[in-house]
Amino acid sequence: MQEIQPASCPSAGVGFAQTLAQHGLRLEREQTHTLQINTGLLCNQACRHCHLEAGPSRKEIMNRETMDQVADYAARGGFQTADVTGGAPEMVPGIDHLLTRLAAAVPRVMLRSNLTAITDSDREHLGLLCRDLKIVLVCSLPATHASQTDAQRGSGVMDCSVSALQWLNSLGYGQPGTGLELNLVSNPAGAFMPPDQGRTEERFRRDLQRKWGIVFNSLYTFANVPLGRFRTWLEASGNYEQYMARLTEAFNPEAVTGLMCRNLVSVDWNGELHDCDFHLAKGIPLGGIRHHVTKMDCPPIPGATIATAEHCYACTAGAGFT
Amino acid sequence: MTSYYDSKDLPRFSEIGKDAPELAKKFFEYYGAVMAEGELTAREKSLIALAVAHAVQCPYCIDAYAKECLEQGSNTAEMTEAVHVAAAIRGGASLVHGLQMRNVVDKLSL
Ligand code: SF4
Repeated sequence: MQEIQPASCPSAGVGFAQTLAQHGLRLEREQTHTLQINTGLLCNQACRHCHLEAGPSRKEIMNRETMDQVADYAARGGFQTADVTGGAPEMVPGIDHLLTRLAAAVPRVMLRSNLTAITDSDREHLGLLCRDLKIVLVCSLPATHASQTDAQRGSGVMDCSVSALQWLNSLGYGQPGTGLELNLVSNPAGAFMPPDQGRTEERFRRDLQRKWGIVFNSLYTFANVPLGRFRTWLEASGNYEQYMARLTEAFNPEAVTGLMCRNLVSVDWNGELHDCDFHLAKGIPLGGIRHHVTKMDCPPIPGATIATAEHCYACTAGAGFT
Repeated sequence: MTSYYDSKDLPRFSEIGKDAPELAKKFFEYYGAVMAEGELTAREKSLIALAVAHAVQCPYCIDAYAKECLEQGSNTAEMTEAVHVAAAIRGGASLVHGLQMRNVVDKLSL
């Protein structure tokens, strides 16, 4: 197994590669069918768990030329899914152009939304465009209770998220028979592991329906990744060592086969490729070597090396980050 | 001993098996069986455990079950309500014994 430790990433690889080796495991690619597209770090929120440290003052965004290069690669590479993320992709000028091009290039397009940017009055048209293009929405909602949601994502976010979900439901999102998928993502509001996904989905379904009449398709629970703002908070609050110990002790060898980095490649706003969005946050390029989207004929091939780093423990803890 | 309670002791709980391993084994088997998913969910049991931890005022159990409740998906409003249940039962248990006081007083009074 090859462990990648780029000079830009001094803490990369601590322990994780050895843990894999101890379990007789290798981390390498299978078929790569998903192209994840990070449109930039601009966001209307500055969530305390954000591994990218996105926020209103960030200037990094994808320009139209790169959008076209990425959409061309999505088509050329025969990707099955394009997963558009940020920051808040809704705020990136030309995002409707990118979504329209991707919808023509791949069978399934997903848009990650923080639920507050999509309902800003001048961006509401994006929801309608998503509906028309049948784009799958994947929306962040840490809890069905305001105190934890607002603590993670900012004051007033819960109320705004509820209104956004009700509006999306009224467009047909999450409603049976429409084919308009509305999925939720819940990260724990702090330095603890996520609850069981199936049970949490049941509870969210019951609570959101009972309190606000909201329906959705699926919910995913993921551990917070110790990078960016979350790592800063872990260190400042004295939780870092205990959290890392919790992640490493929860290492689940069975989660390795389902890791998203085996089937996904992540492209940043400059068109550079990475094994996943976490490596992107840390500046670790695809397999440890820089590749630009314009130089890629196809997705990374099966068997290709995946760089490993200390934060990979967040993906293999418990049920894993798939 | 500089302090009666030390959070570093919590992960050492299993050391209580030293010198009496069979008893510890029986206890931990029983404990594990009680806290496992049954007619009540693990989440419900964690909330009960959190309330009991407050009733018996065990800082180790409060530490362990506050974390466990969060990892079982309970929110802070539910956890706070569970603590109020403990407080209500503790308070009510004191008050209801007031009837014994009244019985004694009634018996002794003209
Ligand atoms: S951080 Fe997770 S997704 Fe990224 S390479 Fe490591 S294990 Fe794979």
